[in-house]
Amino acid sequence: MSDTTPAAKAVHREKSGDARVAQETTAIVRPAAVSSPARTSRHRDPVGPLEFHRRKWLWAIFGMTIVLLYAPILSLMAFSFNNSKRNIVWQGFTTDYYVRAWNNASLFEAFTNSLTIAIIATVISTVIGATVAVMLWRFRFPFKAPYEGLMALPIVVPEICMGVAMLTFFNTIHWPSGGAWPLNLSAIIIAHVAFCFPFVAIVVRARLAGFNRELEEASRDLGASEWQTFRYVIVPFLKPGLVAGALLAFTLSLDDFVITFFTAGPDAITFPVKIYSMVRFSVTPEVNAASTVLILITVIATIFAVRLQAPSKAVE
Amino acid sequence: MSTPIISIRNITKAFPGVKAVDDVSLDIRQNEFFALLGPSGCGKTTLLRMIAGLETPTSGEILLDGQDMVRVPPNKRPINMVFQSYAVFPHMTVAENIAYGLKVTGVPKSEIGPRVEESLATAHLTHLAHRKPDQLSGGQRQRVALARALIKRPKVLLLDEPLSALDAKLRDQMRSELARLQVSVGITFIIVTHDQEEALSMADRIAVMDAGKVQQVAPPDVLYESPATRFVADFIGKVNLYEATVKGRDGDWLVVETNGLGTIALPVEKAHQGNVTIAIRPEKLHVTKHRPETARVMFEGEVTEVSYFGDSSHVMVKTPAGTLLNANIQNVSRRVGCDFDTSDKVWVTMDPEDILVLAS
Repeated sequence: MSDTTPAAKAVHREKSGDARVAQETTAIVRPAAVSSPARTSRHRDPVGPLEFHRRKWLWAIFGMTIVLLYAPILSLMAFSFNNSKRNIVWQGFTTDYYVRAWNNASLFEAFTNSLTIAIIATVISTVIGATVAVMLWRFRFPFKAPYEGLMALPIVVPEICMGVAMLTFFNTIHWPSGGAWPLNLSAIIIAHVAFCFPFVAIVVRARLAGFNRELEEASRDLGASEWQTFRYVIVPFLKPGLVAGALLAFTLSLDDFVITFFTAGPDAITFPVKIYSMVRFSVTPEVNAASTVLILITVIATIFAVRLQAPSKAVE
Repeated sequence: MSTPIISIRNITKAFPGVKAVDDVSLDIRQNEFFALLGPSGCGKTTLLRMIAGLETPTSGEILLDGQDMVRVPPNKRPINMVFQSYAVFPHMTVAENIAYGLKVTGVPKSEIGPRVEESLATAHLTHLAHRKPDQLSGGQRQRVALARALIKRPKVLLLDEPLSALDAKLRDQMRSELARLQVSVGITFIIVTHDQEEALSMADRIAVMDAGKVQQVAPPDVLYESPATRFVADFIGKVNLYEATVKGRDGDWLVVETNGLGTIALPVEKAHQGNVTIAIRPEKLHVTKHRPETARVMFEGEVTEVSYFGDSSHVMVKTPAGTLLNANIQNVSRRVGCDFDTSDKVWVTMDPEDILVLAS
């Protein structure tokens, strides 16, 4: 077999640095379509340097990654249809638990809370994050470097510390924890904005680094005010960065447990916190069903965001 | 002479550690094609950006039609610019790019449409109106940048190295196209370039800049044939330069003793004194194999190098004293190659009228 000849081995070693690229390539190729011609031609042709789909060990790594990443999620989704309370042995197909999850008032409330928090926190942190990024890029001011460092700090500070700090902070200033919905979520939203906006700022900043300053000057030269330049030239350029940053903030906020756990008032339960309390009794398919819905929402949001980004990316 | 459209008075722009533009005064006339020429870092782009309002001068004034512009922001100046990178907005179509300057200044929609149509037609861009800039060639992007600036009907159009991003063939073509455009729109063009051929072929007048200062402002032929300084003579075209000392006058003639070419009498009126530089262009040297009958200035020498360029040949001649003379010979007939070979004994003659005396 050509795979075992010394020359082929040398190619393998040379190309091992491209393993990551290879994975991405194979991920696009439909395995069923390519495996059979590859097998019949193996005796004739040596493996070409770019024919990643003909390397068995790459298939192994690719397969393992897929299994480790997606098998748990797929089994979670599959067992949401399991007709059993125990959730260990497959007992038959049912959609009962979706109905039950829907009708579980406290689970439904936690779910609505989480989505509300995520949406509000995303909007606020996208605005703040983008403003901070533009400010850091556009202006020179004293203590700019320390400010930039401090701004990014919430990314590295352990979540548990953030959580405790937030708890103490809200207690000290007697922030009202109750109130009518959605006021009872205000503490959580503030906490989420605090750890989400640096991510937005970093993504937007990276995008700004590739901005041609002559575009801004051209806009001013053509008669636009600074605000018009920002609105018609800089913001459209930033759109992919804003979408990516917002998506990041949305997912971070939606699944945050630690900080939320510390800042949540007694009657402000979010989805992750609710799941945690349910799992402490038993993992029922109801939990699986609710989680599946959450995964679907995130995936749909991601697809939507990628679609939104695609045309402006082509324009660059 | 008409009144200047732009009057630059004692403009200085200092950046930390360097004076990019150092006390420059210039008058630019109505409907003139004016070029700012100089090596990179001479301050020409900074000067242009100050006219556009993108830089604020450290001191001095810029008058447009007699009004000081220094405190007027770029969006309020009736001046538009074509940027070196063209700065075409990537997220807008060609038509949207061209309409941008009208849209942001509140021109009514009913007026924008026809004006954009007209501008697209003049720039031969109608068939590309709905394309995005990434689907255009460099030449097409430049036409968008030009149309976008001209639709604003500015009093002055600034062009920052507009041809440097184009390939050689297109560059030659755009040179004459820009010159024609300037005549047809009838406004003042100010172009910044480091390419002397570009400046010489397009501009009505050229300001040669070096180290933040203007060396000479003159029409192209004056700049080439009567450079004011050694820098200008050396920067524009090729030139033979020799150090010399003024010995005195002999009637109308200035007698100079050169370093390597002996003592020469030159028909120069200006009273030069002390150390000077004499300069002569290579194409004004005549090279012959036989001693000419009559010539006022004549040197014998040996050909040391011949470079063939098709339309012309460069011949380097070394005199017995070791001085090098570069001559440029036009290959005006279809002889094979050039008449001269290395080691040929030749005579180099020149008309004293063609020799320049420059203050050192």
